[in-house]
Amino acid sequence: MVERKKKTNNEIIRLKNVAKWYKAGDEIVKAVDGVDIVINKGDFVAIVGPSGSGKSTAMNLVGALDIATKGDIFLDNINIEKLHESDLAQIRGRKIGFVFQTFNLIPTLTALENVTLPMIFQRVPYEERVARAKELLTKVGLDHRLTHLPNMLSGGERQRVAVARALANDPEVILADEPTGNLDTKRGEEVAQMFNKLSDEGKTIILVTHDMYVAKHADRIYKLKDGKIENKSGRK
Amino acid sequence: MHDYLRLAYRSLKERKIRSLLTILGIFLAIITIFVLLSLSLGLKDFVDDQFEMLGGDKFFIQPKGSATGFGGEGAVELTLDDYEVVKKIQGVDKVTYFVLGNGKIEFNEKTRYYFVLGLPEDEKEAQLVFEASGIEIEDGRWLKGSDNNKILMGYNYGYRKLMGKKIKPGDNIEINGVEFEVAGIVSEVGNPGDDQQVYINLNDFRELFNSGDRVDMLWIEIKEGEDMAEVSGRVKKKLMSFRDVDEKTIDFSILTPDEIMETFGNIFNILIAFLLGIGAISMIVGGIGIANTMYTSVLERKKEIGTMKAVGARNEDILTIFVIESGILGLVGGGAGVIVGIGIAKGIEYGAKVVFGVDMLRASMNPWIIIGSLAFAFVVGVLSGFLPSYQASKLKPVDALRYE
Ligand SMILES: Nc1ncnc2c1ncn2[C@@H]1O[C@H](COP(=O)(O)OP(=O)(O)OP(=O)(O)O)[C@@H](O)[C@H]1O
Ligand SMILES: [Mg+2]
Repeated sequence: MVERKKKTNNEIIRLKNVAKWYKAGDEIVKAVDGVDIVINKGDFVAIVGPSGSGKSTAMNLVGALDIATKGDIFLDNINIEKLHESDLAQIRGRKIGFVFQTFNLIPTLTALENVTLPMIFQRVPYEERVARAKELLTKVGLDHRLTHLPNMLSGGERQRVAVARALANDPEVILADEPTGNLDTKRGEEVAQMFNKLSDEGKTIILVTHDMYVAKHADRIYKLKDGKIENKSGRK
Repeated sequence: MHDYLRLAYRSLKERKIRSLLTILGIFLAIITIFVLLSLSLGLKDFVDDQFEMLGGDKFFIQPKGSATGFGGEGAVELTLDDYEVVKKIQGVDKVTYFVLGNGKIEFNEKTRYYFVLGLPEDEKEAQLVFEASGIEIEDGRWLKGSDNNKILMGYNYGYRKLMGKKIKPGDNIEINGVEFEVAGIVSEVGNPGDDQQVYINLNDFRELFNSGDRVDMLWIEIKEGEDMAEVSGRVKKKLMSFRDVDEKTIDFSILTPDEIMETFGNIFNILIAFLLGIGAISMIVGGIGIANTMYTSVLERKKEIGTMKAVGARNEDILTIFVIESGILGLVGGGAGVIVGIGIAKGIEYGAKVVFGVDMLRASMNPWIIIGSLAFAFVVGVLSGFLPSYQASKLKPVDALRYE
């Protein structure tokens, strides 16, 4: 019981009756439809569900990339639905690290520069951010690929650069939308292991995946269907 | 700022060909603007110099309607009587005059038609005509009042083989069928009109052209300490009453340096406005090129924009990066345009001088033309890139990220 209370104080993300509806012609698509979730600091959460069930939509809402049609999303007790774009940019830059299925590296920048990019927007001085980027690339095992452009890297390497980039401003939350979706099983497993490690280091991780094997690493799994949470299964 | 510059530069480098083609528009526009401005300001400098040489103490009187050509058979003529009247007016120091006629010049079995200028008998007065134009003797000697059938010739006869071969003092030339001996060749003025002129004494001129007492222009130098406006006003009044005309029927015009400069200034401003208009149109075309490229670039890089926003870029950051990109396009085009423009303007100056002996076409290298051209190119780049950049900055992160 004491344990439980402590966890509540540790809450970092709370979704309260969150919905996102799209108008597609005459129809209204309820991509996310009344979701309540609480995530605590250090949690490793997986979201699974069939294609079109609203996983990415929910993820983008949590990551402040999108605005909900209804409901509130609290990040560190701040209701991000009430914030302006420039504040949202700050939150995306400082509190959240994104990892995308398609890597989304800037093709004209080297691996090192891609990792420094989030720090540029936070006005981190040059020396400091280069040192930090090198450290992070070393951490993901790419210290020998610093000056490579994305198209000179393999898929697995690209995703590791993307993970390093997500860590650049040392965010509390890592959001990963099918990070292993474009990788073969072996590379996928390597990347999944990295999330494990980050979780062990205390990062809060939300991972969207199709792959039950990858989801197995998580403490908790939410299953989405038609924009609603179908059930929740925990490992612990 | 420096970081955004690098981001912008990288992206331009990636799209080399398109960037180059975009730059080409601004490049050509700036060349046009630069060359036109440089040459017209050079022309203005030249004219200013000429007037400086002339000095602020001289003015001219011409019969009305003769501005387009001297020695016409028009009804209005100034005569030596007018000269005598002006000479006695208070405040006038020296007066000189000349007559002009179109001469048929024959030498070396070639025939050409050039202006012949009749000089006052009085050597001092004749000298004044040359002094005011900054002309000196290059070869041979000046004309003396007592010279008969002797001539001075413009620089181009001696040094640009106007008549097929070099003319030297002592050579014989036929003008309107009468033989003259060359006394001297005068120094270069820098424009073909003056450098092709032939100078003869008034008595010879009268015989050749049957010009009687006619004079085509009076040059007046005022006394030191006298006021130009006052003296020229007095001269005008006296001459009007002598010629029995009033403000309506006045048949001569008085040209003071101020008036001439003003007239020239007006013409010059129209010229500059016209040239700038041409330049502006070509810049607009160049600017549309930049805008077009930037719109395409924004479309292509939607996902990149989304990614940058996802890692913390604010709208202003995106705007800055894209505006810098278009600014670079403008500035690089402008820079290259100025460099090539300097080359072309200098080339025209050189060509005009060497090939045509024209000294008036000078390329002005006024630093303001250079700075102005560069700034203009940059501003056009920024302005034409602004709308696409603004659009890019306003993209919603999810929408941008979804774009494939
Ligand atoms: N901008 C949009 N306009 C209209 N409908 C949209 C839009 N974005 C998403 N949708 C719809 O919302 C639903 C959920 O989409 P979402 O991308 O969240 O699914 P997902 O669970 O991530 O699927 P997948 O596993 O294929 O990635 C889908 O039916 C989709 O068509
Ligand atoms: Mg998805």
